[in-house]
Amino acid sequence: MPKDHGIGAAPKRREDVRFLTGKGKYTDDINLYNQTYAYFVRSDVAHGKINNIDTKAAQDMPGVVRIFTGADFEGVGGVPCGWAVTDKHGEPMQEPAHPVLAQGKVRHVGDPIAVVVAESLAEARDAAEVLEIDIEELPAVIDMKAALEDGATKVHDDLTSNLCFDWGFVEENKAAVEEAFQNAHHVTSLELRNNRLVANPMEARVAIGEYDAASEDYTLYTTSQNPHVIRLLMGAFVLGIPEHKLRVVAPDVGGGFGTKIFHYAEEAFCTFAAKAVGRPVKWSASRSEAFISDAHGRDHVTKIELALDENGKFLAVRTDTLANMGAYLSTFAPSVPTWLHGTLMAGNYTTPLVYVNVRAVFTNTVPVDAYRGAGRPEATFQLERVIDKAAREIGMSPIDLRRINFIQPDQFPYATPVALEYDTGNYGATMDKLIEIADIAGFGDRMVESRKNGKLRGLGVNCYIEACGIAPSNLVGQLGARAGLYESATVRVNATGSISVYTGSHSHGQGHETTFPQVIAEMLGIDESMVDIVHGDTSKIPMGMGTYGSRSIAVGGSAMVRATEKVIAKAKKIAAHLLEAGEGDIELANGEFTVAGTDKSVAWGDVTLAAYVPHNYPLEDMEPGLEETAFYDPANFTYPSGAYACEVEVDPETGKVEICSFAAADDFGNIINPMIVDGQVHGGIGQGIGQALLEHAIYDENGQLLTGSYMDYAMPRASDMPSFSVDHSCQTPCTHNPLGVKGCGEAGAIGSPPAVVNAVVDALADLGVTHIDMPLSPNNVWSAIQAAK
Amino acid sequence: MTKVSMTVNGKAVSGEVEGRTLLAEFLRNNLHLTGTHIGCDTSQCGACTVHVNGKMVKSCAILAQEADGAEVATIEGMANDDGSLGVIQAAFQEHHGLQCGFCTPGMVMAAADLLAKNTNPSEADIRSHLDGNICRCTGYHNIVKSIQAAASALS
Repeated sequence: MPKDHGIGAAPKRREDVRFLTGKGKYTDDINLYNQTYAYFVRSDVAHGKINNIDTKAAQDMPGVVRIFTGADFEGVGGVPCGWAVTDKHGEPMQEPAHPVLAQGKVRHVGDPIAVVVAESLAEARDAAEVLEIDIEELPAVIDMKAALEDGATKVHDDLTSNLCFDWGFVEENKAAVEEAFQNAHHVTSLELRNNRLVANPMEARVAIGEYDAASEDYTLYTTSQNPHVIRLLMGAFVLGIPEHKLRVVAPDVGGGFGTKIFHYAEEAFCTFAAKAVGRPVKWSASRSEAFISDAHGRDHVTKIELALDENGKFLAVRTDTLANMGAYLSTFAPSVPTWLHGTLMAGNYTTPLVYVNVRAVFTNTVPVDAYRGAGRPEATFQLERVIDKAAREIGMSPIDLRRINFIQPDQFPYATPVALEYDTGNYGATMDKLIEIADIAGFGDRMVESRKNGKLRGLGVNCYIEACGIAPSNLVGQLGARAGLYESATVRVNATGSISVYTGSHSHGQGHETTFPQVIAEMLGIDESMVDIVHGDTSKIPMGMGTYGSRSIAVGGSAMVRATEKVIAKAKKIAAHLLEAGEGDIELANGEFTVAGTDKSVAWGDVTLAAYVPHNYPLEDMEPGLEETAFYDPANFTYPSGAYACEVEVDPETGKVEICSFAAADDFGNIINPMIVDGQVHGGIGQGIGQALLEHAIYDENGQLLTGSYMDYAMPRASDMPSFSVDHSCQTPCTHNPLGVKGCGEAGAIGSPPAVVNAVVDALADLGVTHIDMPLSPNNVWSAIQAAK
Repeated sequence: MTKVSMTVNGKAVSGEVEGRTLLAEFLRNNLHLTGTHIGCDTSQCGACTVHVNGKMVKSCAILAQEADGAEVATIEGMANDDGSLGVIQAAFQEHHGLQCGFCTPGMVMAAADLLAKNTNPSEADIRSHLDGNICRCTGYHNIVKSIQAAASALS
């Protein structure tokens, strides 16, 4: 019987009412008194030298307030990178300057050159039309391999080459890995590309800067997943504004998927310009602008090799990857192909030896950073593809090959050869569940039916594990993070017993306003309607790190639990005083404090009232009030895992792929709200299918983004998707956080692309097709069929 | 600047607009009806979907002046008179048919258009009808379920 309240229940989302009635408040819905409008003039070439900018004619256009160029930012800091990677020789990565507005050169299409601030957006755009910018176009480097060749054009003249870093992991294992490959019974290798994607939250980015000359206070309203991180990065590293003079507000945010983690130049510009023009400055990205200014995702080119013994046991994995950084280092870019990618290369398996080599490359393209999954989809895709290929080569079922290599339930905690310690898991159980919900036994019959209709049917299965709930601060500090990754929560109990929770986690679709109160309601035995969640405003909330890496409930939720435990401890002392009993005898259940073994009790609301009206209160022992703050720093990552299956029909005449069914069996540990968990998995699978079949950010050789709008970039639509079958009944609770939760936000996007590609390759295996790079568009599939003939 | 007048959610409104002002901009900037969202600049995403004279229209694809004299319905007019959620809105909440909420107004307006024309749509009908509305959060699974549930509730 499902619960009707608290942890494990599925109350309807309270935030939905405002979203369904048009009363959500997104950043673009905010208009400040006397505001001006910023229009960014961006480079239309991938690489060029700015010879001159003549603002005269534009300055005279109607409504123009001021025009800014790089010259206005000469004394201002650049956009910082928040993660430093050390290469395999112990050298620091090459870290180029990233000015707010271009200084002398432009390095990708979309690089901001100048900004027109005007009375209206239309006037700003009109003036931008007559701005005279003389740019000498230079040769651009787009292809990563070409960028690393001797004599290649350099993206940054002051760096030694286009190589950001050459990272080896685990360097000490390299020789043992080589030996394992030499002695292997069988080696399977695969070269593949993880296609470049654009995150495309439906709300494009917006920033509004405001400055109060009397108090010298700045406010930035921005579409961010982590307003405190923006306050720290922008305040400390770009504009030199101390935190107490800078408020960052991220109100309702229309999706993030990673791309709204990062600190962007437009945020710094609007904050800076608000003071310079003495009026609020608002910038709203158009979708076309988002395509050339939001950080992109993925874009790896990889060779992976798997060594097996005569029984199919994995002996070693070796990978060599080129990772595109784009023209500048976005906030967390260096962490994605390294620590978020290399550490996942053991997967769900007992592979004893792993060596991962990653060369990160600068190109004249938009910066690349985390996108839903961030490094883990790239790891999972290559590993689960090479395992599938190996199964076919050695004549074993892909499911059996995975099973004989699974880490077994009695092996946890399990230390992988790539630095992680998995706390719990049961990979056989999720595979069993998948086989059931995907009706894998019935596949043969369905394949025969498809054949009758001239279609080739394929079944793809894969597993995934991810490291999320990011992350222990001391560990990530050793790995190069320039930030801590704790989370904060203040639980403010009001006099009459209602509660406001101030969390550093940020909801941009995840439903925290509904799920976080479920946890508190469970702990206190009070109604969820008595608890409200406040997030997204640095002026209200203790320093918080925000939402990404499936960390909200695992880290932010844990902080809230710790603060609530402190509240309960203090409330029990107050109750003991009121009940004239020993503190150790007080029990809290159903919103009532009782003395164990008696019928003496006092209600939650009477205790909270006593805390704020302390007439009968142990003032000599305790302060009045009932409000507690906790900072929770996780002891380990969390490790969601699962098994996914996809069935496809391929039309061999056209190459068109139709997804017939998609099933996901996930282990997220304990679940707070199963309705929301299902929704997170659906969304992740939707994006994964998008990557596998449709989406690709394509640059031509000159650095023009050919897929720069929804006319060209194939966003998944309703008719591209099947309904999904999802299950999360296999639960091995996390052992190191108080809720036993693992996080579910990225799993679908991590686990689904290999299932789709494995299915299509399965359908085409008899034709001799062994791999097709994503996206599996009709053209790419048809071409692979022809090439195999 | 030109004066335009129209009826929006049953209320007579008017305002001064430039020739190039889009209906979506007029709704958001002049009338402060910010429930109509703008998610792209190529009339692909459907976040700005409204009804004009009973027909589903992307309000970024027509000029405010083209809607002069028209009857316009937006998400702000979809609740019941007592302020409670209308049938389609309630179905979206019941079936978790929204996450970040940004595409949601367009989805609800598109669903209302479908259900006005087809009281018993198949899953394929629903998916086909949503071709001009992009959602990045839900994978569409629960949007389809929500519209199926709304169809049942309305019939």
